[in-house]
Amino acid sequence: MTGLLTRPRAVAAALGFLLLALVAAVAPGLFAGDPLAADPLHVLEPPSAAHWFGTDQLGRDVLDRVVHGARHSLAIAVAATLLGVTFGVLLGLLAGLTHKYADEALSRSFDALSAFPLLLLALLFIAIAGPGTVSLVVAIGIATLPHYARVVRAQTFVVRQAGYVTQAVAFGDRRLTLVRRHVLPNVLGPVPVLAVIGLGEAILAAAGLSFLGMGPQPPSPEWGAMLSESRGYLSIAWWTAVLPGLVVTLTVISLTVAGRHFQRRFEGRLG
Amino acid sequence: MIVLRRLATGLVVLWAAATAAYLALLAAPGNTVDSIIGDGADTPQIRGEIISEWGLDRPAVVQYLTYLWRAAHGDLGRSYLLQRPVRDVLGDQLAPTLQLALAAAVLGITLALVLAITTRRPWSRRVSSTVELVLVSTPPFLIGIVLLSVFSFRLGLFPVAGDRGLGALVLPAVTLALPIAGVLTQVLRDGIDRALEEPFVVTARARGLPERAVLVRHALRHALLPAVTLLGWLTGILLGGVVIVETVFGRPGLGQVTLQAVTSEDMPVVLAVVVFSAFAYVVVNTLADLAYLVVDPRLRRS
Repeated sequence: MTGLLTRPRAVAAALGFLLLALVAAVAPGLFAGDPLAADPLHVLEPPSAAHWFGTDQLGRDVLDRVVHGARHSLAIAVAATLLGVTFGVLLGLLAGLTHKYADEALSRSFDALSAFPLLLLALLFIAIAGPGTVSLVVAIGIATLPHYARVVRAQTFVVRQAGYVTQAVAFGDRRLTLVRRHVLPNVLGPVPVLAVIGLGEAILAAAGLSFLGMGPQPPSPEWGAMLSESRGYLSIAWWTAVLPGLVVTLTVISLTVAGRHFQRRFEGRLG
Repeated sequence: MIVLRRLATGLVVLWAAATAAYLALLAAPGNTVDSIIGDGADTPQIRGEIISEWGLDRPAVVQYLTYLWRAAHGDLGRSYLLQRPVRDVLGDQLAPTLQLALAAAVLGITLALVLAITTRRPWSRRVSSTVELVLVSTPPFLIGIVLLSVFSFRLGLFPVAGDRGLGALVLPAVTLALPIAGVLTQVLRDGIDRALEEPFVVTARARGLPERAVLVRHALRHALLPAVTLLGWLTGILLGGVVIVETVFGRPGLGQVTLQAVTSEDMPVVLAVVVFSAFAYVVVNTLADLAYLVVDPRLRRS
């Protein structure tokens, strides 16, 4: 706790993100208006008291769309990160526990996967599976998996040498029990920290891919898709692009700052 | 010996990428013949011709080996959509993309070097770190959109779209370079910080070397080592980044070809892009490993 109190920036970042997550969770039903309600009389109006973020080309309130979009974008990023973490941990554990050849094969697959830029890998997947929200989640999940798998594999190597594991083996614990009770809890250490930073990267990747038209399709208020639509009106209505973009950036910044803080604390505790 | 092993690993990664890409092609839903016909005439005779022309009636293993053999010779098949060799389709678009990627790489690296060296004082360092954080946390297309609306639409300094002339290259290259500079500056600064604690820096200072010379000649050189490992990462960022930047600025190039191929399920082109990016990654990483041996004599002994 003392670490958190001396670090106001990290606290602010973490609170900022939690606030956004809260807004994304409750605001759409409570006080944000309909993100699809078009108003032909108030098209492309600059920010005002009635419309804080202005209106877009169909007269829809940009702030309402950003708030609803937060729900879409965060859900996609969280789902993709969970997918990447789950399979990354399982495969990393498998590689760390198996012997030479299986480990070698798995590790080389992680290498091969991470040889591709995230965006291209996701595009390859989408070319096969077709665009859409589910494809987006799976594509980002697969692309981020090797990162977690590698860390967990390295961690497993350390843990399997530990005294409590050799003792459990000597005790005659069954393999599965051994892994579940002794190995898994101890290799998970760095994963939550990585996942916080990874969540920010997943938000960026999802926004980028749906900007390219690979994710939720318009008129769905997803951040990347919104920004893609706003591109055509840039010369006359900067707010339709810049203000939602600012929200995306602030979200990722808050995750990165909080994540780095946790990382430093985690490493400090180890060192 | 190390060089040979590096080259062998590179070949294995390439083979794995080509094979994975081929498996992806097999896994793709839909009939290959349907994809090739597209909106064209569809008779049993035409279908038969397509099957024999593309060798689709042969066993999968034979098709796979033919594919590998051709890929090794630089023949990546034919585009379903454009009915042209994939190599020509990519070759036509390589120049504008290479131009953009190289310009962005040079700009990003230069910016990072200058920033890492000049922002050593606490105040400038804080400002620079904040800017870096913002740059790496902003979606690249948003950087492009902001630059476009300020410099093209407000000030009219640069063209809005296209690839004519050097002026059209400026904004796309800056868009691609800024996030790169953000990450590289952080890595270089950390490296310099660590190097400044080493004994050789104390020695250099004791010899009466001016601080700038200590920084550039000793600390920076040390900090470059971890940065060299990032060259592979840099290639990836550039290859992925061009897709977005070319879309934002309406530039022709590999990114646009990739995007078009993905949306129209033109799998040979998608696969070729994947294999090409693996190739670029392997080449750059092998070069980086070799550069490592040149820069750091300690590694040659092990």
